[in-house]
Amino acid sequence: MDDLIPLLPKLWQASYETLYIVGLSLLFGGIGGLILGLGLYTTRSNSLFANKPVFGVLNVLVNVFRPIPFIIFLAAAQPLARFVTGTGIGNTAIIFTLSLAAAFGISRIVEQNLLTVQPGVIEAARSVGASRSRIMLTLLIPEALGPLILGYTFIVVALVDMSAVAGYVGGGGLGTFAIQYGYRQFHPVVTWAAVLVIIVIVQLVQFLGNYLARKALRR
Amino acid sequence: MPLISLRDVTKSYPPSQRGGPVVNAVEGLNLDIDAGDIYGIIGYSGAGKSTLVRLINALEHATSGSILVDGDEVTSMKESELRRLRLGIGMIFQQFNLFNSKTVAGNVAYPLEVAKTKRADIAPRVAELLDFVGLADKARNYPEQLSGGQKQRVGIARALATSPRILLADEATSALDPETTHEVLDLLKRVNTEFGVTIVVITHEMDVIQTLATKVAVMNGGRIVEQGDVFDVFSKPTEASSQRFVSTVVRGVPSEAELVALRQRHRGRIVTLSFRDGNTSQGAVFLTLAEAGVAFELIYGGINDIQGRVFGHLTLALTADGAAIDRALATISTQVDVTEAPNHG
Repeated sequence: MDDLIPLLPKLWQASYETLYIVGLSLLFGGIGGLILGLGLYTTRSNSLFANKPVFGVLNVLVNVFRPIPFIIFLAAAQPLARFVTGTGIGNTAIIFTLSLAAAFGISRIVEQNLLTVQPGVIEAARSVGASRSRIMLTLLIPEALGPLILGYTFIVVALVDMSAVAGYVGGGGLGTFAIQYGYRQFHPVVTWAAVLVIIVIVQLVQFLGNYLARKALRR
Repeated sequence: MPLISLRDVTKSYPPSQRGGPVVNAVEGLNLDIDAGDIYGIIGYSGAGKSTLVRLINALEHATSGSILVDGDEVTSMKESELRRLRLGIGMIFQQFNLFNSKTVAGNVAYPLEVAKTKRADIAPRVAELLDFVGLADKARNYPEQLSGGQKQRVGIARALATSPRILLADEATSALDPETTHEVLDLLKRVNTEFGVTIVVITHEMDVIQTLATKVAVMNGGRIVEQGDVFDVFSKPTEASSQRFVSTVVRGVPSEAELVALRQRHRGRIVTLSFRDGNTSQGAVFLTLAEAGVAFELIYGGINDIQGRVFGHLTLALTADGAAIDRALATISTQVDVTEAPNHG
């Protein structure tokens, strides 16, 4: 315990950094994933903007990038991060790479959840003269909102996991804290303190996600 | 000029397997629907009727042929013109297809929002429509809190929101129980009489046609095999598939097998009298039989009322001295169609 007390300010700082990295990655990756997922959903055959070549390209793109282990992707995408954000290291770089990786993952979750919307509901909206983009924004997303919230909750938990390797490119957060001050200094109590904070964050996120999804589904 | 007019319309789908045959859901079809009609289209599943109804509001695009709605050619319309067309054509569905994320009022308001109705005008219009379908108290409920019949009434209110001239009903009562079916059919009838909306009803239930429609087309294999006034098609179906549909609601002429059974139970000569158009008096027929001293027994058949016109087939077993029966039948056959079952006994 004595090892931990002087490190507490650093633990709180690391917690804040994890929330910062995860929060911004969720924002950028979430929006990117939503757009990519809508693209996958609406271009498949018999959908609103059915377009075989576009669907094929998107599908392959997602399949290529999604399975790359994040720690490798982080290294591989560093030049791109440097090109876009101006830096290849630190929290900014990791937020960029994490957002990119998350977008591919989220796109599949969005696509799957949109597929649960009954095609008849879309047809009903078309039958009253709604445009395809209106259907996408005012109907498709609200109809799938409950499962979408649960999908995004799942992704937040995955982002907390992925953000733990930020230390490899000079980023901060609870992963960096646990390795640097716990593992490398032979202070298991410090490591476990970081684990505990992560558990609390994940529980809170899951609780909030379940609550919002229940509200959206009215159950 | 008819409100809806289809000329030589074909809709093909690409083969489901590579190298397979092209599937023609609708083939060389001609159909005219006048304003104010309740036009029933009946057929078994796979007959192409769901495709046909979707060609009218261009949810499906015809492969060839011409489709005129209110004088405008639908097949050459651009997407933006189609959206305007659809504002004038409401549609209701077998599975209701309500928006689960919206309240009842939200569902009915959606077409108005699409039509860019002024915000202040939407709420009163929604209230008016919900009042018409008898769901004013359910405005704030969500679809999952409603029964099937209530859901379809919301569907009807939604379809009527933009005051369309045409309502397409795709198996609108097939998911409902018989009692609820009649509530919804009554409501559709009111839509036709009170608002003058032309209704196209797709169904596989003859009962729906009998209760609701003024005209009917029988579809089979992507084509219309018989069409006309409901009374004419019901009272004298000529095509085999029409006869099968009619026999589901009308007890008509006994089949061979039924005749054998009837002979075992009844003595005498068996004749079927076909009444049509209500201008032949049953009383006169029975009086003739009685006066000729022929005893008769009613053994099969029924009388039907379609929009106030009566038709039916009555099969009688006649017993008397042979000459008396012949004399009576000679008189009766000037009044109604008489068919005598061949006597194998």
